[in-house]
Amino acid sequence: MPPASQNPEHNAEEILLAFAAAVRAAGVKVTADRSRSFVDAVRRLALDRRSDVFWAGRATLCASPEDLPAYQRTFEAWFAVEHSAAQRLETSATTVSAAALDNDDGGPEGGREQLRALASRRELLRHRDVAILDDTERALLHRLFEELPVRLPTRQTRRKHLDRHGDVDRVRTLRDQLRRGGEPGPLRRARAPRKPRRMVWLVDISGSMAPYADSLLRLAHRVVEAAPRQVEVFTLGTRLTRVTGALRVPDPDNALALAGRAVPDWSGGTRLGEVLRAFNDRWGQRVMVRGAVVVIASDGWERGDPALLGRQAERLHHLARRIIWANPHRGKAGYQPLQRGIRAVLPHVDFFIGGHSMQSFEELLDVVANA
Amino acid sequence: MTQTSISSATALAEMLAATGYLADEGLATIGYLALSMERPLLLEGEPGTGKTSLAEALAEAFGLPLIRLQCYEGIDAAQALYDWDFTAQILHLRSVEASGGAGLSVAELESSLYDKRFLLARPILKALQQSPAVLLIDEIDRADDEFEAFLLEVLSTYQVSIPEFGTVKADTPPIVVLTSNRTRDLHDALKRRCLYHWIDHPGLAREVEIVRTRLPQVPALLAEQVVRVVQQIRVTDDVLKPPGVAETLDWARALHQLGRAELDLESAAASIGALCKYREDTERVSAALSRMLG
Repeated sequence: MPPASQNPEHNAEEILLAFAAAVRAAGVKVTADRSRSFVDAVRRLALDRRSDVFWAGRATLCASPEDLPAYQRTFEAWFAVEHSAAQRLETSATTVSAAALDNDDGGPEGGREQLRALASRRELLRHRDVAILDDTERALLHRLFEELPVRLPTRQTRRKHLDRHGDVDRVRTLRDQLRRGGEPGPLRRARAPRKPRRMVWLVDISGSMAPYADSLLRLAHRVVEAAPRQVEVFTLGTRLTRVTGALRVPDPDNALALAGRAVPDWSGGTRLGEVLRAFNDRWGQRVMVRGAVVVIASDGWERGDPALLGRQAERLHHLARRIIWANPHRGKAGYQPLQRGIRAVLPHVDFFIGGHSMQSFEELLDVVANA
Repeated sequence: MTQTSISSATALAEMLAATGYLADEGLATIGYLALSMERPLLLEGEPGTGKTSLAEALAEAFGLPLIRLQCYEGIDAAQALYDWDFTAQILHLRSVEASGGAGLSVAELESSLYDKRFLLARPILKALQQSPAVLLIDEIDRADDEFEAFLLEVLSTYQVSIPEFGTVKADTPPIVVLTSNRTRDLHDALKRRCLYHWIDHPGLAREVEIVRTRLPQVPALLAEQVVRVVQQIRVTDDVLKPPGVAETLDWARALHQLGRAELDLESAAASIGALCKYREDTERVSAALSRMLG
């Protein structure tokens, strides 16, 4: 007997589908066909065992280890022994509401003057430090992000495609002749196209970076938008959080809100070395980093051991193709790389650039594209 | 499914145990579901947690051939599915020419070119032809998007059509095991087609059991000591690559080869290469060993 059928009004299938919906609400991407597979899987197992329902759900509804904690929590909430089925069905899914930002950027409501004023404001804004903007300017800045041109670093692929301007492809030419029964024909040319190179963005969200973190994540969002499958984004604080999934949401404000909820340690302390080590341990031995362009956005304010930070940067440098360090203070007048953290990583960084204004973001994207 | 039908997850766990593979409840349940629903099994987990060896154990348990496809960046259908041996085809053409056409019409000649003997069956086609079989698609995350899309097509229908040759369809779908080290996210469509399971490192008791099962010649005391040390190394976060079960087995085997009945500092230091694959790790683990065993 399923735990659900204590109440005959709700048949087992309804309960299971509602549970799948609850798992979806908990943040796991459950699609309709996944729910169907789940119901099908449970049917094939003994329905009276809680663990069977658990494993069937885990195999059909989850798609990555990140999904597992949310799944586990939902399962325990749902199939706790004392819950009645009716109660469970009423535990309706909490909907994710996005905290949309108010924007009253005084858009052009007609009139050339206003347009011109707006254009010059934009030009001024491009050079302003994003840390010292008021709300109106910030809203306008967010618009500017949407216009940022993103070009991605590329790599040579190994597989060839037909291309009129490529080199002569011996195999294709011969095979072509074979189709003609061995008669010579036109030469077939092929070349291996270039593809976007993988990229990893590590954004420092500790207290000292608070004025910049939002803008840097918006920048990362733009890059994710340009190549959702090639870019991974993590936040660095007291711990490492993967926010790629959140930033794949098309609308930047929603994406930022979602990322904000995923990150438990906004504006906390930072132990860059330790967090970077966690990153290296967890993701370093994987294809994600190997040959990738790694962008680290941080002021290098390290409270931990700079030697550890140096070692971890070196490890990352062995794997990555390029490490680009964007430091918000770098672009300001009179900056000297004096922090111990920065000094420790500089030998292992290919590019050391700013990241405090729209213009410096554009430069950063430029460096990234050519990395 | 005839040869691969089983009655329950417990039955599957027993069959796997008979081959020396100890599956926990979750893995056995999901394996059973995969067989019963005829869906591919997608296994993710740290390296060395027994993803690949599950496919080997399944093949052994059901007495089926194991066909392995190792993925790499840039793998395409020609390496995974089939290819025409066109040097042999050219040779064939030339020999027909040399023998003065041998009275073949053009159509006959052409169809003789696409004979089965010129078809190079790559792993996936092989698996479809020989099915029932176990098809292991290893490290799918190394392949790229196009390959995934192609794979999805094959795994949904278990058939491929070769334009010059015809359609090859598996009479019974092969048991398909995909493994991934999570170097990148797989396409959702492919994941939806599969049953998903994340394999963790085993606990102490289970790992000891694994060592005892796989290496019956190793004395119980040594097995337990080795597993204890390995488990400890896994929880201290200072190693670049946490050792998997494969490394545990290697190390236990190495120590046994050295003729040790117990773990001591000297033999551990001598055989550390079986456990650690990075110079930095070797140093750290050696230091940790002297603390544990000193």
